[in-house]
Amino acid sequence: MTGNTGIGRVGRMLVLALVTVLVASGCGVTRDGGDDPTNRRLRMMIPNSPGGGYDLTGRSATRAMEENDLTGRFEITNVIGAGGTVAMQRLLNEEGADDLMMTMGLGVVGSTYTNGAAATVSEATPIAQLVEEYEGILVPGDSPYRTVGDLVEAWKADPGGVTIGGGSSPGGPDHLFPMQLAQTVGIAPRDVNYITYDGGGPLTTALLGGKIDAGMSGLGEFEGQIADGSLRVLAVSGPERLDTVDAPTLTESGIDMTFTNWRGVLAPPGISEETREDFIDLLARMRETPEWEDALERNGWTDAFLPGDEFGEFLVEQDTRVATTLKELGLV
Amino acid sequence: MEMLLEGFGTALTPTNLLYAVLGVLLGTAVGVLPGIGPAMTVALLLPVTYNVSPSSALILFAGIYYGGMYGGSTTSILLNTPGESSSVITALEGNKMAKAGRAAQALATAAIGSFVAGTIGTVLLVVLAPRVADVVVTLGAPSYFALMALALFAVTAVLGASKLRGFISLFLGLAIALVGTTTGQPRLTFGRPELADGIDVVVVAVAIFAIGEALWVAAHLRRRPLEVIPVGQPWMNREDWSRSWKPWLRGTAYGFPFGALPAGGAETPTLLSYITEKKLSKRPEEFGKGAIEGVAGPEAANNASAAGTLMSLLAIGLPTTATATIILLAMQSYGIQPGPQLFDAEPELVWGLLASLFVANTLLLVVNLPLAPVWARLLQIPRPYLYAGILFFASLGAYSVNFDAFDLGLLLVFGLLGLTMRRFGLPVLPLIIGVILGPRLETTLAEALAISQGDLSTLVGEPVAVVVYIVMALLLVGSIVGPRLRRTAPAHEDEEEKVDVR
Repeated sequence: MTGNTGIGRVGRMLVLALVTVLVASGCGVTRDGGDDPTNRRLRMMIPNSPGGGYDLTGRSATRAMEENDLTGRFEITNVIGAGGTVAMQRLLNEEGADDLMMTMGLGVVGSTYTNGAAATVSEATPIAQLVEEYEGILVPGDSPYRTVGDLVEAWKADPGGVTIGGGSSPGGPDHLFPMQLAQTVGIAPRDVNYITYDGGGPLTTALLGGKIDAGMSGLGEFEGQIADGSLRVLAVSGPERLDTVDAPTLTESGIDMTFTNWRGVLAPPGISEETREDFIDLLARMRETPEWEDALERNGWTDAFLPGDEFGEFLVEQDTRVATTLKELGLV
Repeated sequence: MEMLLEGFGTALTPTNLLYAVLGVLLGTAVGVLPGIGPAMTVALLLPVTYNVSPSSALILFAGIYYGGMYGGSTTSILLNTPGESSSVITALEGNKMAKAGRAAQALATAAIGSFVAGTIGTVLLVVLAPRVADVVVTLGAPSYFALMALALFAVTAVLGASKLRGFISLFLGLAIALVGTTTGQPRLTFGRPELADGIDVVVVAVAIFAIGEALWVAAHLRRRPLEVIPVGQPWMNREDWSRSWKPWLRGTAYGFPFGALPAGGAETPTLLSYITEKKLSKRPEEFGKGAIEGVAGPEAANNASAAGTLMSLLAIGLPTTATATIILLAMQSYGIQPGPQLFDAEPELVWGLLASLFVANTLLLVVNLPLAPVWARLLQIPRPYLYAGILFFASLGAYSVNFDAFDLGLLLVFGLLGLTMRRFGLPVLPLIIGVILGPRLETTLAEALAISQGDLSTLVGEPVAVVVYIVMALLLVGSIVGPRLRRTAPAHEDEEEKVDVR
């Protein structure tokens, strides 16, 4: 049996190693600044589960920084809950912590309202906006709608009868986009029949099975189905067409609106001016790295760097806009 | 077939074999810890996709997935602390077996059952994958609602001797399931964002099973003589085999289709498997005291569901679980798009991956089966130390999910509930079922009615749903008429049947 216990030891060592890693990351590793930037330990908080949009953005960014020795190793924590509200609250609680950043975006702004949270994004220190992503309007391959015009016509005739699905919960981009679209074309957002799906997978099934009439989502997860024709894209929400998808913009289709999902980085409130400058500079240099450019291309993101105060102004504007939309829906 | 052999060529290169071993070990390790699961582990390992070849990375991830499905059972059986939601049901009989000195048999039937189910599942995957797409997408919310309703209906079979206590427990579970923002409005969240996503079934199960029991034991430690857990035989005997093989096959039959379905998952089939085994068993009285069928069936079901999940992922690019979502991401980072065309576009990768699933299964068996008696000796640790270890382990797991003390508070609250339930003789299974099924019933019903704009006839608008309701009606009629036809049946059977009527 000695051989077997050997395997047991390996198993136990693995468990032990994992436990050690967990315990270490739980304690908040000591930060020894020093002069050498590669010795510096920073923390990146991700407000959703591994594999989600914020996770990809955060992990791509930290990787680009680590690979180029712009700073030391990052310690990444996923803080899951209430569409990012739990993480947001935790960021605000760490007032003055000079080693912490958090990835966030439009969905977190919406979630703070739909969850009735005390924490709002404008309380934190804005570091930079990093990327933009556009929404697409998807229909099944055999859908009667050939253009956005067809969809809008049917939608106006019977607002509740046209079911719209999306991969985010109320307050997220896939929910805000159809609401703002409805408003633009003259449908009361309250009449929109929006069905929440748990991410891109279930949304794909619902579309393929013809359970819903249209789906609103970022298009990255649907490449395969778009390529083989089982799903069609009626329009994209950005100001310009996408390279990867053959579909017009809303403006081209005669609907005067654009909608952008964005992601950026925040730091806790109350950090020193020096730290703030330092973080902005770090992300600005990160943006120049080949690893980051690679990540943009691979994930279909558009570079949209907005440093510090500009990002702060943008946040305030977004905060108000989201709050207004959700108030009109009676969700706040 | 030829393709599969070539696939084995890919899977059995030393490098890929190493990745498979690593994946299986890592998967087993994370499966054991309640806080972290295969999804989290694969996500953390995503960066390896930058450095290794696509086949190696996918083989590693598939190994983690299969290993995770198995690993959760070890702590379920030994410590009554399920590592994953898919092994919650395993704890019911598994831990009872362990206490009766049959831990090694429980672990062995779990390991062999996982192997059998995983292998059959993978064969089904190979055979069915190319033509599954059309079937899966036809099922909508009404069908899922019907399936969940059937599962809830089946719960009546496991309410226990006292229907009143059973229903109290079930409704406690359904009440816990109400917490969250399922309907778009926060409900019973008491303004805490931590509760907005509802309460994780793993936290509830670990608290009720492990913490509740530890507190119960602590409360009686001085008053009761020390119960020595008998050592027992290290291997499964002939009777164990003959009682295990049918549950393995039935578990596989439940697990595979549920895994392949977008709203299926591993929890519902493990539950259905458990209930079926209890109904079909020649010795229903052993259930609740450590029946080997109650371990064999659910363990087979959860591994088969992993194979089903991979089928949907490969054949239609449809991730049905969190782990599958992340494996999909990994594939996309290589520029590989799963879907019907994948089998033609990337034959080497696909068949290599499929072959590696067989390898991973075999490795799991080879690694875990000889270890079963070794693990079983863990229970020889003196009780105060053992329970201290369980408490530490459960707390660590709960804390590691979010590094938030709030989760520890939840664990303690539900632990006290578990203690209370033991004190008043409430069965725990209906509660766990309520927590698992409650939110699913609700979301599928809400989705179906939202799409139909409140028209109830949509619930019977899909063929699968209609069939399920007919099955339910037949079961209901059977449970009313059945006992009347068999008046002469022995007393204890009669008792069982009466429970079903409600």
